[in-house]
Amino acid sequence: MTEGNSVLAKAREIKIIGFLCNWCSYGGADTAGVCRFKQPTDLRIVRIPCTGRMDPLFAAKSLIYGIDGVLVSGCHPKDCHYAVGNLYARRRLEVLKHFLPFMGIDGRRFHYTWVSASEGQLWQKTVTEFSDRIHRLGPNPGLSRT
Amino acid sequence: MRIGVFVCQCGTNIAGTVDTEEVARRTLMLPDVVYATSYMYTCSEPGQKEIQQAISEHNLQGVVVAACSPRMHEPTFRRAVERAGLNRYMFEMANIREHVSWIGLDREANTRKACDLVEMAVAKLRYNQPLFSSKVPIHKKVLVIGGGVAGIQAALDCAEGGLDVLLVEKKTSIGGKMAQLDKTFPTVDCSSCILGPKMVDVSQKENITLLANSEVENISGYVGNFKVDVRKKATYVDWSACTGCGACIEKCPSRKVPDTFNEELGKARAINIPFPQAIPKKAAIRREYCLHFTKGKCGICKKICPVEAVNYEMEDEIITEDVGAIIVATGYDLFDHSVYGEYGGGRYPDVISGLQYERILSASGPYGGHIKRPSDGKEPRDIVFIACVGSRDASVDRPYCSGVCCMYIAKQAILTKDHVPESNSYVFYMDIRSPGKNYDEFVRRAQEEYGVQYIRGRVGKIYPRGDRMVVQGADTLLGVQVEVEADLVVLATGVESASGSRELAEKLRISYDQYGFYMESHPKLRPVETNTAGVYLAGVCQGPKDIPASVAQGSAAAAKVQALFARDTIETNPQVALVNERACISCGKCIQVCPYQAIQWKELRGGDRKAEVLPSVCQGCGLCNATCPCKAIQLLHATDNQILAEVNELFG
Repeated sequence: MTEGNSVLAKAREIKIIGFLCNWCSYGGADTAGVCRFKQPTDLRIVRIPCTGRMDPLFAAKSLIYGIDGVLVSGCHPKDCHYAVGNLYARRRLEVLKHFLPFMGIDGRRFHYTWVSASEGQLWQKTVTEFSDRIHRLGPNPGLSRT
Repeated sequence: MRIGVFVCQCGTNIAGTVDTEEVARRTLMLPDVVYATSYMYTCSEPGQKEIQQAISEHNLQGVVVAACSPRMHEPTFRRAVERAGLNRYMFEMANIREHVSWIGLDREANTRKACDLVEMAVAKLRYNQPLFSSKVPIHKKVLVIGGGVAGIQAALDCAEGGLDVLLVEKKTSIGGKMAQLDKTFPTVDCSSCILGPKMVDVSQKENITLLANSEVENISGYVGNFKVDVRKKATYVDWSACTGCGACIEKCPSRKVPDTFNEELGKARAINIPFPQAIPKKAAIRREYCLHFTKGKCGICKKICPVEAVNYEMEDEIITEDVGAIIVATGYDLFDHSVYGEYGGGRYPDVISGLQYERILSASGPYGGHIKRPSDGKEPRDIVFIACVGSRDASVDRPYCSGVCCMYIAKQAILTKDHVPESNSYVFYMDIRSPGKNYDEFVRRAQEEYGVQYIRGRVGKIYPRGDRMVVQGADTLLGVQVEVEADLVVLATGVESASGSRELAEKLRISYDQYGFYMESHPKLRPVETNTAGVYLAGVCQGPKDIPASVAQGSAAAAKVQALFARDTIETNPQVALVNERACISCGKCIQVCPYQAIQWKELRGGDRKAEVLPSVCQGCGLCNATCPCKAIQLLHATDNQILAEVNELFG
């Protein structure tokens, strides 16, 4: 897909997928952009209405098929646009995090957090730190292509 | 599906760090993509025309625009494709500006990322289906929270347009901070003389229901159809009977109650009307100071009241109302200067806040408008004003400018000279910020005409010497240390978000920034809207601002409500959950998790029951979708297939 001639493209590029809620974190990522806060380019963001919409399957499937990291971010607890969606997300994603190693996936490849629409700087920090972590872990072999 | 892709250059905003031509070229190789191009400004009129032309020329069934954030222009492009005959939900956006070009410097990596995002959008679009809104009626009543000048203006403008208004005020009188001010800058006109008539208007307008001494307890519903519970706190005085004569106040034996309206400079009684112009002008008992409640004796007010309005048995009352829109105008609190140890930490009675000095200057204030020191009642000769107390100071977590202090210091210094012609005023400042109409001229007048001495520098220490205060600071322009002996020190205390602003935001489901100020929908283009449809902002609750800006925002919020209510119905968002009855196993989990009670049982013939979504109540969070064990309930426009399609696209 990427037929560019750079070295980076030849060595498989690190790919991180982000699931961001429309109201807080997607806005936070926009705010970071508007403020021109520079970030690593590994992250591809999927907009979801609420972290409560986040089916653990989305993260699990990504990691099984070899996406190198999954980042989920939503509104801070108590600030959910839908009142309680992120509280459900917190339970599910916490369980998922503990469950990943049993599937044979390094739990460090998955991270969930809360960033509000005004916290552009926090978003930059979150992305940078998570991207660093994934780069240290290296490419994810996945489970399906052994 | 025949898909067209439009890659926006956004001038150089995107094209500067993303090869948009290359993105379009690679996109054209994707299955189903029959047309792809790169354009200078896709959101401009010719840009939108180009989309519409391509739709008809290439017979497109779906459109992807790779441009800025969908939070910015998704509605714009949805309207554009709709005008060309497509359903507005046959459209997807890839955010290659905020999420790509503005945050990455590596052009090649950016271009690859942009390609990925476009591919993901195309992948999702393949699963999109036309969706159609339905219409629901609007409750044409507006709730205004907060009776300061912004809320008053919003309420009056709405009422003027014939709308029913419910105005909820936390205190026993409307008027807010402006009612506490003596004069206003830069015209030096009397604050209560310009606010008073507006307050009277509020009480006289037939279509404004004023609920003072009340707080919003709970809010549910959605734009056009909110349900609010307001707690009307007990005043222990029947306001329908009270005439505001004040006989009870005169006779109340509890005389040591801090006078909050006068910023605790004077004493009030346990039964009180905060100020002469109060609206409603009704007495209220403060339970924690009343001898009847604390000691179980007294009862003088009940005996003395000529209309028998006092009722010690009164209880809080919950009032439930249906409203279609909400204007939030909850104002601000004054920064508490006692955190500054160098300014005495609030220990010195003659080091006071800006609002306290405002009360001292006021003819209806604690000293009848004569300037006196709180400590001994002497008239001060040398007065020092210190700017930026709790503003532009990261050490107290207030890095923002409060915007009004420079101006109110200049005003107070001028008024001081008017009251006490032989007085000397000194102002320690960091920078003078006076960017309003006639503002800078006003500050210059303070300096040139009134001889106020402006010293550029911070104050390091204030300490008492005899009965005076010594103010030690630096003059950074002359590079010398300065010491001024003062009779009175006025701290230009800044603005902070009102206590309880975060809790209210959670009830309203609106966002706030790290300081507790409410977030507008767009900092420039949607300054009074929030991200929750039907909730609007006015005044300082959104960020520090002065009276004219608050009034303007109050009017703007009212105009937004009028526009919303100009229609009889609003279109619902069709991005709601839908149950596939054949897959539903009737476990009822979706019913349990739904925050809006939007899912209910539907009885089928034969005694079976299945989950059913009420589309007008569903808000589209998708919680049920993630919860459903057999994926029988799907959130339209964000179905499992659509999200997984985006995810799958990245596996390449």
